[in-house]
Amino acid sequence: MTIDLTRCGSTLVVKVHGELDLSTSPVFRDKIEAELARDENIRHLVLDLGDVSFIDSSGLGAVLGRFKSISQRGGRLAGVKVPPHLEKLFALSGLLKVMTICPTVEDALNKL
Amino acid sequence: MKTNYLQVKFPSLPENISLSRVIVASFAARLDFTLNELEEIRVAVSEAVSNCVIHGYPGNREGEIQLELAINSGMLEIVVVDYGCGIVDLALAKTPAYSTDPERMGLGLVFMESFMDEMILESEPGKGTRVVMRKKPERGKNHG
Repeated sequence: MTIDLTRCGSTLVVKVHGELDLSTSPVFRDKIEAELARDENIRHLVLDLGDVSFIDSSGLGAVLGRFKSISQRGGRLAGVKVPPHLEKLFALSGLLKVMTICPTVEDALNKL
Repeated sequence: MKTNYLQVKFPSLPENISLSRVIVASFAARLDFTLNELEEIRVAVSEAVSNCVIHGYPGNREGEIQLELAINSGMLEIVVVDYGCGIVDLALAKTPAYSTDPERMGLGLVFMESFMDEMILESEPGKGTRVVMRKKPERGKNHG
């Protein structure tokens, strides 16, 4: 699993490639938390999940943890290009209640 | 269809969770599962093996996980065994959204129960935990 971080105004855009499970979710968590700690002006978080091939409850927990972090600074979380198998698990876990789903990064940036 | 089976043992390491998913998906592909069903099986196995790593052998404790796979009469059976801590309160562990870790959602057992036709959880404190999961392809259920 690899992640690319891009800053768009006050939003941190995170593009995730690969699988999000118990083995890889600590990397996902640590990279985003390090960026949030480094820059207190980041307000919103956009997760580009188009290249995520697998997620389980460990990965979902890592997404929930980032929702908590961004909420604490008054921001919002969006997911873009969410594959159907991920969206199903987001729905079952209740994550869809706390994150905005958008087709593209540009849509998410406009909505947040 | 002839009976088929496979047994694998591996150390309790997070990186072996993805390996277990690959093994089970390859084994299960012999049956007429849809891609959606195979994805559900991958999630269920990932949860079962993750539970061994997190709860069976907490704190990166050394331990062994056994994965047993079988196909009998068109039914996939997956058994995941650890010889670790065991579960003191099975009823509490099965409670949806129960988790001792704020980074976790407590949905592992929920996903295993939801995505498989049958899930049996047996555990003895200090001896370990055994999970049996069974699933038959939806397309083959009318053919016995």
